[in-house]
Amino acid sequence: MSNIITIFFGAVFINNFVLSRFLGICPFLGVSKKVETSIGMGMAVTFVMGMASMVTWLLEYYVLVPNSLEYLRTIVFILVIASLVQFVELVIRKVSPTLYQALGIFLPLITTNCAVLGVAILNIQIGYNLFESIVFGVAAAVGFTLALVIMAGIRENLELVSIPEHFRGVSLALIIAGILSIAFMGFQRMM
Amino acid sequence: MSLMNDFSKGLVKENPVFRLVLGMCPTLAVTGLAINGLGMGLSTTAVLLSSNLVISVLRKAIPEKIRIPCFIIIIATFVTIVDMLLKAYQPALHSQLGIFVPLIVVNCIILGRAEAFASKYPVVNSMVDGLGMGLGFTLSLTLLGAVRELLGNGTIFSANIMGAGYQPFRIFSFPPGAFIALGLMMAGMNILAKKFKLE
Repeated sequence: MSNIITIFFGAVFINNFVLSRFLGICPFLGVSKKVETSIGMGMAVTFVMGMASMVTWLLEYYVLVPNSLEYLRTIVFILVIASLVQFVELVIRKVSPTLYQALGIFLPLITTNCAVLGVAILNIQIGYNLFESIVFGVAAAVGFTLALVIMAGIRENLELVSIPEHFRGVSLALIIAGILSIAFMGFQRMM
Repeated sequence: MSLMNDFSKGLVKENPVFRLVLGMCPTLAVTGLAINGLGMGLSTTAVLLSSNLVISVLRKAIPEKIRIPCFIIIIATFVTIVDMLLKAYQPALHSQLGIFVPLIVVNCIILGRAEAFASKYPVVNSMVDGLGMGLGFTLSLTLLGAVRELLGNGTIFSANIMGAGYQPFRIFSFPPGAFIALGLMMAGMNILAKKFKLE
């Protein structure tokens, strides 16, 4: 049990997927303008990453390894993730059209969110079992959501200040992310 | 002339990292050392060139509705090939780049070029476009890697630049330094772009 807790908090705080592993930077910079959208995005990503961890783990150990097809891992995983994202997109469009509107182009882009494929590959590389993989997937997504929401909160306040012209947009967002990343480095001492 | 334009636009005017802000994850993750940035850039260029070639050849055969899955399979195939080649011939670089080698498959630049260029234009133009974009990406990664290595370690491509008395900014070798260095460089590029009227 303590193992599971270590995996969870490790993925959320110590090796935060966005701020220390650099996975999922595109949506982090793109969807982090409003707190509300970033929570929606975070929920969609959490669901996809939890599901993806489970499905890819099962595929790896029940299909690829027994047939020694490990070299097909990248291709198989990305196809599974693409189908999962399509599925989530359908569900969100039915359940909450407002959220669907707000997430816009970034929903299909979860497919190319490297955090999803990244977590699937990391699960295999680290050698987690099925349950640990799912916990790691969900925790990674929670860490992603946390970074996204903090960033959105800061950027909402930035609307009120005047920023030097050349720093507007991505440039300033990156520097803020850097400072957040320094803050998250502080968690490393805790373990 | 248009071929020249297809090639050069990726280097400066539509530089994938500094102008289009695509492919940020590998850009930030592997640029602790200039050599890793160069290796990542060249691997991505190889995939981009081959996938643009194949997609352009097949552009009339791929049905409109399922084009994205088709593109992804083609890209993933080349990523797997590059992954295997790196593992066989450059094992040190392969382990340094780690998980970011298979993750080339989700680099938005590659799918972006497939969708925006290779699926519409003839083979030669698509290859030139892929090469230009890939080299623009390589250039940016190497530059960022060199800046970070110089500040964080006092070296570039492991050659000592700053002399023995240099007190390195260790932070630039760590994740926060990647964000801050790229943010500052991007602001610098904005100033340059404005000066040379690239907008």
